[in-house]
Amino acid sequence: MAGSEAITMEGVGKRYGEKHALDGLDLSVRRGTVHGVLGPNGAGKTTAVRIMATLLRQDSGTARVAGYDVRTQAGEVRRRIGLLGQHAALDEELSGRQNLEMFGRLYHLGARRAGARADELLDRFGLAGTGGKAVKRYSGGMRRRLDLAASLITEPEVLFLDEPTTGLDPRGRTEVWNAVRSLVGGGTTVLLTTQYLEEADQLADRVSVVARGRVIADGTVDELKGRLGGDRIDVVVRDAGRLAEAAALLPAGAAVDPDRRLVSAPVADRMAALTRAVRELAAAGVEAEDIAVRRPTLDEVFLHLTDELRLTETPAAARTEVPA
Amino acid sequence: MSALGSAVTWAAADSWTMTRRELAHWARQPAQVVVGLVFPVMLLLMFGYLIGGGRGVDGAYVDYLVPGMLALTMAFGLESTMLSVTRDLDKGVIDRFRAMPMADGAVLVGRSAADMLQSAVGLAVMLAVGYAVGWRPGGGAGALAATAGLLLLLRFAMLWVGIHLAMVAGRPELVQAVQILIWPVGFLSTAFAAPASMPDWLAAAVEWNPVSATATAVRDLVGAPGAAAAAGGSWAAEHAALLAVAWPLLLVAVFLPLAVGRFRRLGG
Ligand SMILES: Nc1ncnc2c1ncn2[C@@H]1O[C@H](COP(=O)(O)OP(=O)(O)O)[C@@H](O)[C@H]1O
Ligand SMILES: [Mg+2]
Repeated sequence: MAGSEAITMEGVGKRYGEKHALDGLDLSVRRGTVHGVLGPNGAGKTTAVRIMATLLRQDSGTARVAGYDVRTQAGEVRRRIGLLGQHAALDEELSGRQNLEMFGRLYHLGARRAGARADELLDRFGLAGTGGKAVKRYSGGMRRRLDLAASLITEPEVLFLDEPTTGLDPRGRTEVWNAVRSLVGGGTTVLLTTQYLEEADQLADRVSVVARGRVIADGTVDELKGRLGGDRIDVVVRDAGRLAEAAALLPAGAAVDPDRRLVSAPVADRMAALTRAVRELAAAGVEAEDIAVRRPTLDEVFLHLTDELRLTETPAAARTEVPA
Repeated sequence: MSALGSAVTWAAADSWTMTRRELAHWARQPAQVVVGLVFPVMLLLMFGYLIGGGRGVDGAYVDYLVPGMLALTMAFGLESTMLSVTRDLDKGVIDRFRAMPMADGAVLVGRSAADMLQSAVGLAVMLAVGYAVGWRPGGGAGALAATAGLLLLLRFAMLWVGIHLAMVAGRPELVQAVQILIWPVGFLSTAFAAPASMPDWLAAAVEWNPVSATATAVRDLVGAPGAAAAAGGSWAAEHAALLAVAWPLLLVAVFLPLAVGRFRRLGG
């Protein structure tokens, strides 16, 4: 099997009636890397993952996973992937251990190894104490960890994680992040979808931004920083009368929200911008209630990208016409 | 091992894993299993004692009724199969099965094996209750074994009809419609009443019903007195044993491939 790509999608389209869930999606993921697919609700992330995991057939275009065509070589693909879907893919009536053991048997590990692997994974994901409980009595975080454990039974070549932390509390989120990090380096290629730039930044080597079934930007998070609108500094000013003054002291392009007494400005260098803002505001005697540097939200990223697209309409449209 | 041989071994192992899954469900929900067993027993007692003497039947009604109820119970198994399949397909776990290197149809074969097992237990309970209410099948162990064989064959056919209908209907609401429709189909048979008591046109239709074929064939096997007279003289009634084998085989030949094909194409 040749090629350094673990996943390639070329011009993949999927329609539901009149609705284009995917509209010529292109994606390329190198072996052993973590790739983030970032997009808002309805962008087509789940549809793309389900096609790559052989659960759904595309209408057009080609998709290859671990070197095999998902449509014509689904069996080969299935031997090499793990899937953590957006919704738990577990048998709710059975216990956590019964679930893992069953999946192990379906990978033909044999009864004894399936059982041993189940115990090993329960232990690794902190579920050893609750392995005998029916999954329907699990909390959201426990369920997600069990689901992740189930997708790792055979140490897959390619692992798909569809919004692995959506709906989890911060502790659950950290647990899943740590689990994903521990996989990297083992040679597994991970494709993860998310609505949070922060999550992509934390976990992914490269990111594709998806909107309305197409990739509208891709690259490393650092490469994209500028295009995604970069980091921002938020300052909440105590005296609403001094908002304009604060905005003038912050980097260019500051936006003012009088209701929240908030000034928000894009920054190039997080730490330098923070220390400079603190110093200058203090020197001018503008009292700040709160100062924080943060990643842009997905809304801001999209605002920025669509502005960019509007300015460069023709080339942006042309980039989806990838030669075969 | 040949490629075909190893594919068969692989499929058998997956099907067994899926059967174990259903058995594990029962172990966790014994109440549901018990309810499933009690319902046909209730029907039998109701028809035997409340409604009483069958229409157009000579001899003891119980000898006529019990084989009919057995056949009807097997046919109504379709409902429970449909319900389990729609519930199952609705579950996320099916996605995981489909994204695994699992043999095509193993999920369905597991369902089928578990339902057959439940039906065999249900049949044993019904036979015991029948005996308790005075039914005395003749013909010895051979006839009894053939009776069980014919009944389970009908159940097996209904199982695949049920799996297919469940996948076509998809949603639980549509399953309810089928559940309502199956009652007239089940009752328009010779399960309770002899065709002699019916208008000619109805009697003819009723005798071709697969449930009638199995019921009549079982009555012939265990020698229910008056059964032959009550059955009437149509071709279908004369050849009930043949139909009791041919009908289920035909249904399986049609619906099993349809159901497996549909499962394979779930992803559209
Ligand atoms: N089974 C379906 N039937 C009809 N429309 C669908 C179906 N699945 C997805 N869609 C539509 O396709 C688009 C992409 O959906 P999805 O892939 O789930 O997006 P995401 O995962 O990024 O939120 C959405 O507009 C959604 O409404
Ligand atoms: Mg989604």
